[in-house]
Amino acid sequence: MVKVRLEFSGGLDLLFGNQKAVEADIPQQSGHQLTVAEAMAWARDNLLTDRPELFMKGSSVRPGVLVLLNDTDWELCGELDALVADGDRVTFISTLHGG
Amino acid sequence: MSAEDELTRLRAQNAQLQRELDRLRGSGALQQSAPDAANGAAATATPSWDGLQHGLNKEQIARYSRQIVLHSFGVQAQAKLCRGSVLIVGAGGLGSPAALYLAAAGVGRLGIVDKDSVELSNIHRQIIHREADVGVHKAVSAAQSCRALNSSIQVEVHCEGFTPANAVQLVRQYDVVVDASDNAPTRYLISDACCAVGRPLVSGAAIGTDGQLTVYCHGADGPCYRCLFPEAPAAGNCARCVDAGVLGVVPGVIGTLQALEAVKLLSGIGEPMSRRLLVIDCAAGRFHSVKLRAKSASCVSCGTSPAITAASLPSYDYAAFTGQAAANDAAPKPLQLIAREDRITPAELQQRWVAGPCCTARHWQGCVRGRASVLRYLYKLAAECPSSLPAPARLPGCRIASQPDCVVLDVRPAEQFNICHLPGALHAPFKHFDRHLDQVKGRLAAAAAAAGPATSGSSQDDPPPLYVVCRRGNDSQRAVARLRELGIRHGVDVVGGMEGWAAEVDPSFPTY
Ligand SMILES: [Zn+2]
Repeated sequence: MVKVRLEFSGGLDLLFGNQKAVEADIPQQSGHQLTVAEAMAWARDNLLTDRPELFMKGSSVRPGVLVLLNDTDWELCGELDALVADGDRVTFISTLHGG
Repeated sequence: MSAEDELTRLRAQNAQLQRELDRLRGSGALQQSAPDAANGAAATATPSWDGLQHGLNKEQIARYSRQIVLHSFGVQAQAKLCRGSVLIVGAGGLGSPAALYLAAAGVGRLGIVDKDSVELSNIHRQIIHREADVGVHKAVSAAQSCRALNSSIQVEVHCEGFTPANAVQLVRQYDVVVDASDNAPTRYLISDACCAVGRPLVSGAAIGTDGQLTVYCHGADGPCYRCLFPEAPAAGNCARCVDAGVLGVVPGVIGTLQALEAVKLLSGIGEPMSRRLLVIDCAAGRFHSVKLRAKSASCVSCGTSPAITAASLPSYDYAAFTGQAAANDAAPKPLQLIAREDRITPAELQQRWVAGPCCTARHWQGCVRGRASVLRYLYKLAAECPSSLPAPARLPGCRIASQPDCVVLDVRPAEQFNICHLPGALHAPFKHFDRHLDQVKGRLAAAAAAAGPATSGSSQDDPPPLYVVCRRGNDSQRAVARLRELGIRHGVDVVGGMEGWAAEVDPSFPTY
């Protein structure tokens, strides 16, 4: 199990039962470190209360959502393959358009 | 509105003359008079004082003195502001405080772009407009407020909106661009134009109680909007203020921060929010900034060989790319999703059920106070002799719902249902429609029982009438179709929803 804080922002909290943050214990495959892709799939399978296509597209996040690992754009840490360790934070932010 | 057009034309002419005047003054062809010359003070044609070559006059120094004496700002930064220019795209919730603060701070030239007119429902957050401005072009109204705040700056009005045809030419005229728009296609367009022309872009957005702020297209490695979001989100994933709502202060906070970033970029002070995204959660009171990627070499807009350039941008189809039109605050198009015979207009509905006159505002205030109180009122009416009531007390909406042998199903979100609804309407929000199926069946059974033994025996063939309403008549059609899939085949959609009801039957019904 990896202790991960999952955060949902920019309206994504509405897809996760109005939760802005969840302290999650995510199981990992033996011998492998948890990846952001696995954490995302776990959130979809265990926390999502709305339609999956509002959160994901294929095996990645849907267009318009930024993913951050410990407040850093996941593009800077390996995207789907970025490794998640105990105490890490994975944040999903939907870009806003209103004004 | 020819008078309005005339006003706009004269303002443009005035702005041009002002520019010409500034040019002549700058070239020394005209002597600049001191602001207090009218009071008999000596003109400052040959100043008897020395300063750095900042170019600020006595009035400017007095007006901006509190930021000029600021150690981290100073007279040179102020002089850059006074020489600088900012284009604000959108005179709405974000553009209002952004424009006001930039005008107040002394930015020499402001351009304000907006093609919409002021509506009453804008003013709770679009604080640059006044009640008297309802119906006036937002760009005109915003410019008036800026000029009233600071008559020494130039304000240019662009009422034609921000389009692929004019984007490049508009952005080119200004030093910094503020994205205060309200929809995805315009956001991509602004970012592309800034990349094509090489202008920094201060981007802000707000909805509900959430806000976001960043600076695009800045410095050697600052990303653009497309670097972050190369693929546009589906239209269904873009919440709009008109549907989702927005707490007025939230765009106020973000728009104010956009003004701050524009001031920093123009004056060269501080660290602009490039490669950083500020995320604010106003409900929780949390401000948080995160680190963003650098610009992408393969970006179609700002990469090493961009496909979108100043030349190609005007023919780029932003509506096709984002799957939505740029007019985001507009009502969605009325759709015809189910057969016409499964729909009924509000007027037909009223004729079918009611012969009385229209509801009065007083009674709807009762509705707003809560369904229970209205039902109590109706039960009281029923207990007394209804036919003896004076005519104005008969309520068509209330009487529909008081008909025990019909069911009105309202599929709007709770926030809208709570504003006002037909009394007795069963609330089944479309978002989680299936969850309410048992309630619908229960209400239909109760209505069938109330209709009496004469018809209850054949209730399968002739079930109680079921009318489905929403805000404008699109979701209610989807709900009628869904009911059919779930085995309830006789639901009838009310065309135009509660807005249609307000327009055709009861003008006192509150719309929003
Ligand atoms: Zn880019």
